[in-house]
Amino acid sequence: MCLGIPGQIVEIVDPADQRATVDVDGVRREVNVGLVMGDAGGIKVGDWVLIHVGFAMTKIDEEEAASTLDFIKQLGRIYDDEMRDFSAEAPL
Amino acid sequence: MKFVDEYRDPAAARTILSHITELAQDGHYKFMEVCGGHTHTIYKHGIENVLPETVELVHGPGCPVCVIPMGRVDDAIAVAETPGVIFTSFGDMMRVPGGNGNLLEAKARGADVRMVYSPLDALRIAIANPDKQVIFFAVGFETTAPSTAVTLLKAREKGVANFSLFCNHVTIVPPLKAILESPDLRLNGFLGPGHVSTVIGQRPYRFVPKTYNLPLVTAGFEPLDILQAILMLLRQIDEGRCEVENQYTRAVPEQGNQKALEVINTVFELRPHFEWRGLGFISQSALKLREEFAPWDAELKFSVPGVRVADPKACQCGEVLKGVIKPWECKVFGTACTPETPIGTCMVSSEGACAAYYNYGRFTKHQTVPVELTRTPQPA
Repeated sequence: MCLGIPGQIVEIVDPADQRATVDVDGVRREVNVGLVMGDAGGIKVGDWVLIHVGFAMTKIDEEEAASTLDFIKQLGRIYDDEMRDFSAEAPL
Repeated sequence: MKFVDEYRDPAAARTILSHITELAQDGHYKFMEVCGGHTHTIYKHGIENVLPETVELVHGPGCPVCVIPMGRVDDAIAVAETPGVIFTSFGDMMRVPGGNGNLLEAKARGADVRMVYSPLDALRIAIANPDKQVIFFAVGFETTAPSTAVTLLKAREKGVANFSLFCNHVTIVPPLKAILESPDLRLNGFLGPGHVSTVIGQRPYRFVPKTYNLPLVTAGFEPLDILQAILMLLRQIDEGRCEVENQYTRAVPEQGNQKALEVINTVFELRPHFEWRGLGFISQSALKLREEFAPWDAELKFSVPGVRVADPKACQCGEVLKGVIKPWECKVFGTACTPETPIGTCMVSSEGACAAYYNYGRFTKHQTVPVELTRTPQPA
């Protein structure tokens, strides 16, 4: 939640509704990219972002993404909980 | 792992440590790491054990789940048990005990409590269930507040009237001030939080050098980041400087995320005061919805008891959050209070300091052997 998890943009689903699909460690999910679309260079497929609760919050480079993912994986339960929640469908 | 090795290079760590030892040889330096993520790195990699005795790290209040007081959990349960309500929460908050049990127990009693990953999921639930009132339990620092704000703006845009927020967002700067004003603890500097700073940038920390004459260095999460940030703090002290510095330039821009700060400001305003677990009431430390968003404010739409509940006597989360004691110094740590049966918030949240200590088998200052979560801890 407070620690962001790094993901790579694999598809811009709907730019007007700020929706994009990200890949986090092999798991894909739609997130909101509205808070990083105004960053230098915009947001495009292949970019890396830090994701908090379904929102891309910061653009990072590939190296930082690898390092952060590795850090979070080492935390064990934090990573397991995050990925469980990240891959869950909304309980409609 | 082609990228990671450079952050774990033992030779680089030894070099930094030798500089730290040299600079810290006269005196005793106490630095607070504000962020729960840093606490994990420090314990996972045994950083406390390789630092010289003259450098002490204390853990701060940077775990958003840990700082929610029991009374607010009871308020959440009261709203969740209102007929016709679907109450949505992040998984981490479901097990946090109030005076009247936790949200999982309320669910077991029949309340419709659902775990969501994102506030947007809560909004989708509201759209899918127009005959129900759907409430989102909003918690977190500036890392999650922008997401809640964007979700609420979407609810307004789409005219979703059956959605509301039980807002418990807090801000990171006021508790730092409260800690600096506290007579319990004398600090020599701060390791500034990582991901919160990606949103707020570096400017909000300027009061630390300006008013309190202490250095702050925002740090990354790798072991070498932490060591380097400690060295940067010691260098400032040694050179008679006192500034906000950024060790984590890889992710933290000086100005933060302007768009995120803008949406926070559009939707929220500061509460006059808010209770923090362990720190008491801190003025202007939390966010509430602006008046124009009153139709989406669960505190106005539902009956919220708002009763203050004292922490259990045995629990010392308050002292842990202020950095006054280490988790292993708490009387119930690892015995009555474990991740399976938590008494305090610092053990409930996986980002909490007690959970970090427990997970890495730290039951005393020097114990380094990790234990598995399923095993009963053996006091050293």
